[in-house]
Amino acid sequence: MNRNARIGLVLFAVYTVVYGGFVVLNAVAPTSMDWSPWLGINLSIWYGFFLIGLAFALAMLYGWLCRIEVSKPEQRSS
Amino acid sequence: MNESFSWLAAIVFAVVVGLTLGLSFYLGRRAGTAQGYFAAHGQIPWFVNGIAFAGDYLSAASFLGICGMIAFFGYDGFLYSIGYLAGWIVALFVIAEPMKRRGKFTFADCLDSQFHSRGIKLAAGLSTLAVSLFYLIPQMVGAGVLVQPLLGLPHWVGVVLVGTIVILIVVTAGMVSTTWVQFIKGTLLVVFSFILTVAVLWRGLETQPDANDNRYQFHKIGPIAESRFDELLLEAAARPQSTAIDGDWRLNPELWPVYREAKLLPVIGVDSRSRVYSIDRDQRQQVFLRETQTVLVDSTGTRIVNGQPPSSDGVPARLQPTGHIERLPGNQDKTGPLSPWAFLSTLQESQIVRWTSTNLKHPNGDAVTIYRQVLTPGNEILRPGVSPTFAGIRGDRWQAKIDFVSLMLALFCGTASLPHILIRYYTVKDEAAARKSTIVGIASIGSFYVLTLFLGLGAMTSGALDITDSNMAAPLLARSISEWLFAIISAIAFTTVLGTVSGLILAAAGAVAHDLLRGVMGMQLSDYQQVRIAKFASVLIGIVAMVLGILFAKLNVNYLVGWAFSVAASANLPALVMLLFWKRTTRQGVIASVLIGMISSLAWILLSGDTYSKVYGLSAESAWVPFSQPGIVTIPLSFLTLVAVSLMTQTHPNSTQQTSQTT
Repeated sequence: MNRNARIGLVLFAVYTVVYGGFVVLNAVAPTSMDWSPWLGINLSIWYGFFLIGLAFALAMLYGWLCRIEVSKPEQRSS
Repeated sequence: MNESFSWLAAIVFAVVVGLTLGLSFYLGRRAGTAQGYFAAHGQIPWFVNGIAFAGDYLSAASFLGICGMIAFFGYDGFLYSIGYLAGWIVALFVIAEPMKRRGKFTFADCLDSQFHSRGIKLAAGLSTLAVSLFYLIPQMVGAGVLVQPLLGLPHWVGVVLVGTIVILIVVTAGMVSTTWVQFIKGTLLVVFSFILTVAVLWRGLETQPDANDNRYQFHKIGPIAESRFDELLLEAAARPQSTAIDGDWRLNPELWPVYREAKLLPVIGVDSRSRVYSIDRDQRQQVFLRETQTVLVDSTGTRIVNGQPPSSDGVPARLQPTGHIERLPGNQDKTGPLSPWAFLSTLQESQIVRWTSTNLKHPNGDAVTIYRQVLTPGNEILRPGVSPTFAGIRGDRWQAKIDFVSLMLALFCGTASLPHILIRYYTVKDEAAARKSTIVGIASIGSFYVLTLFLGLGAMTSGALDITDSNMAAPLLARSISEWLFAIISAIAFTTVLGTVSGLILAAAGAVAHDLLRGVMGMQLSDYQQVRIAKFASVLIGIVAMVLGILFAKLNVNYLVGWAFSVAASANLPALVMLLFWKRTTRQGVIASVLIGMISSLAWILLSGDTYSKVYGLSAESAWVPFSQPGIVTIPLSFLTLVAVSLMTQTHPNSTQQTSQTT
């Protein structure tokens, strides 16, 4: 397994845990979603936005980490 | 039902279709070879491919279905947005780079890259066809839905129109034209959804959104003290010719026994028109009567809408547009412009009127559908569990909770298993480009899904909803703001269908020409012949899609896409993942996994309660399987099948040697 695949699997695991938490919370304790922790907006909205934002953040992180590996041979050859 | 023909929308629509077809014919000369036709020569820039991912993925289900579901049921539609986007994490972190590294034209190429097996090509080709057809149905349904208000044509004409245009796009230039159509569509969709969202926030929330247009104001009578109300009803029931409530109406004695069970009050007005009121009790046990809308179909098939017969030339009367807030926080009438956070928090503290439907049968055999207002607190709208699909998560039935988990699992696993998405990885030059384009795709798709929440909630409170058709929520929201915006949004929605359907037909045509005829049947085809057969297959698949789109016209498009995701996740993902990460995977294991995943998920769907009630018209309780979404059973089943069959077929010395080269 190459380095990119290993990084990908770690980030995949992180997201899966957060996504799984959302699904399980809704299935097992749906009333927890009614709680409004901030700005008068409930947890279901915040959690949904967080999942979308986290997907983008992890994607950017993955792109940045994988770019390092690509740039090494180029640096050596130059 | 309440749309009317719009010349402006029709002109914008014609311009968009003309540009799309012109682009396809212009690009046609670049797609003469199989490499050009199926993979655009692998020369698409990664940024363009990333936006084209959005154009490919953000289908009619995403735009029309999700917005419609949010407009009718609130947060429940947003669950699909969350699940659809989460699936891209699997695509980026697990699938993207190996897919580019191993494949050439089709999903089967990647799956078969180390075994060179006809069986794998056959299984993967069949699964590609099954998933693509399942995914095509909702797109075609969405096309018909859009063309009705745009051109004033029947649903089936819209389906045939889209089918014909898409066949032309795919036949002329394959992946090259498909990519650019998807790029243009993806860009327009995200940009104009943003503009529409800004317009919704700028308008803010108001209790009478339709007041300026002189639209119909629904009657609300009350509060009536509960004791007094029962007394009035008893009196009216005993002496039906007497006045019942406040002197204007009398109880309809013939219908009262049928309607009272559904908490509906059938009355005859002083103008002799029949009306139906729903009986609601609030938390203080005060009774309100709310006007309903009715569609009655008599034994001759005549549609009587809200008590009004069709016009002299047979056109049925229209239902009134709906969707409003009954009470804003602080009893204000209008908020003015709102920030995104203020929009959500204000809505959470408001009282919103949704509409639900009830079907009844009159004693004389007439079938009537009654649409009734349901006053719903904003905090319920903005949490899961309002729609029939997800209501079970707030109940005690374990089957309903499993159903929810199963759907969210299928959405998570389904994206990276959709053949029409996977083949897009072949259109860029290398793995780095595949990775970068997926990141661009996630950014654009994620932005769009955030916007769907505001678009759906904006439509819910716009006063412009068509209660018979959730799929029209987004275009009708645009119409409530500006006729220009309606024209543009409708045209974009139409290109949404074109872009996605093009990709699906191309994936299915590749499965036929490249996987089944060339790979399985061993036909020796030149590049030219392969492209020609793919074009012929595109025409055939397009025709099948049109027929299915007409047959399934009444189902919510988003719901149908859920099926496609379940089949894709069960049939394709387990084999793909195990091939990449488990060295003992064998050819037989891959074939068994794909076939078992596909057959079991299809069978589960066909035997589920949802299909029984929504497709067969039977009771959901008589279904064979305990819950409707198959993913939680069939995805693990497909994994287990692969492991078991692979372990049983380890004797071939080459299989271990070959599989050791993975990733």
